[in-house]
Amino acid sequence: MNKILSRPESLTLIQHSYCPGCGHGIIHRIIAECIDELGVREKTIGIAPVGCAVFAYDYFNFDVTEAAHGRPPAVATGIKRVLPDRVVFTYQGDGDLAAIGTNETVHAANRSENITVIFVNNAVYGMTGGQMAPTTIEKQKTATTPFGRDIKRDGYPLKVCELLAATGGAVYLERVAVNNIKNIMKTRKAIKKAFQNQIDNKGFSLVEVLSQCPVNWGMTPKESVKWMDDVFVKHFPLGVYKDI
Amino acid sequence: MSKVKIESEKCKGCYLCIEVCPKKCLEVSKEFNKKGYHPVEFVNDKECTGCGFCYQICPEVCIEVYK
Repeated sequence: MNKILSRPESLTLIQHSYCPGCGHGIIHRIIAECIDELGVREKTIGIAPVGCAVFAYDYFNFDVTEAAHGRPPAVATGIKRVLPDRVVFTYQGDGDLAAIGTNETVHAANRSENITVIFVNNAVYGMTGGQMAPTTIEKQKTATTPFGRDIKRDGYPLKVCELLAATGGAVYLERVAVNNIKNIMKTRKAIKKAFQNQIDNKGFSLVEVLSQCPVNWGMTPKESVKWMDDVFVKHFPLGVYKDI
Repeated sequence: MSKVKIESEKCKGCYLCIEVCPKKCLEVSKEFNKKGYHPVEFVNDKECTGCGFCYQICPEVCIEVYK
């Protein structure tokens, strides 16, 4: 009997600090597997965000640095320009990439920096206790919108893939999810492609991963993966938004 | 003949693996782990096909699959 699936080399043995059922752990594992498969672990540099994934530097078994809130694309730009032979990626949540860091994200995409961005969208601010994020969907209840997000008062959910598709520099944009096996397999393919694009010097690639946040959604993990299929994915349609 | 090995001290009891297992080979254990969760346990080594769905969905990456 042979071992066919086990913890990838690019993940350390340290246990994640994420809540039970959180999608971050699945996304970490997928990134680690892609990096192992591409054989670039020794020359990969990750940039961790501010948010739930702030401790990503403990979990990945390669170099990871930390950036100020929302600034990973700017830090990645600097690292990639100084060390162009390294594989540089940022790992960001929706509060980091779509709120405080929108500016950096849009300009890094527009300049077509040769970096990979993994954007985890779970529709709330997770670490701070489930407040409304720019990506919170209409009528969704959060800690700061107890009666549901009101479009008239709070504005519309920000759709990052659609927004960046309009920039000239982005070469690959795809929205995927990690709520079931089929979607996890697609996520794996998308993330591997985003890294391959960087190795091939194509330019800016971003993969938006819809992820469950059972605790802040007030659901069990089982309910949260179902809610993603029934509601979340309807507001944020999955698919490729740009592929040059 | 396949089997899965669960590192029960790392399991946080989200039970997503139980949901995705097509052969219902995983169950909630009656024991507690050190964190205070009831971890998942592997109960049916005759039916397991080694599809790896449990490994794919486990957020804690605490499942190993043998075939």
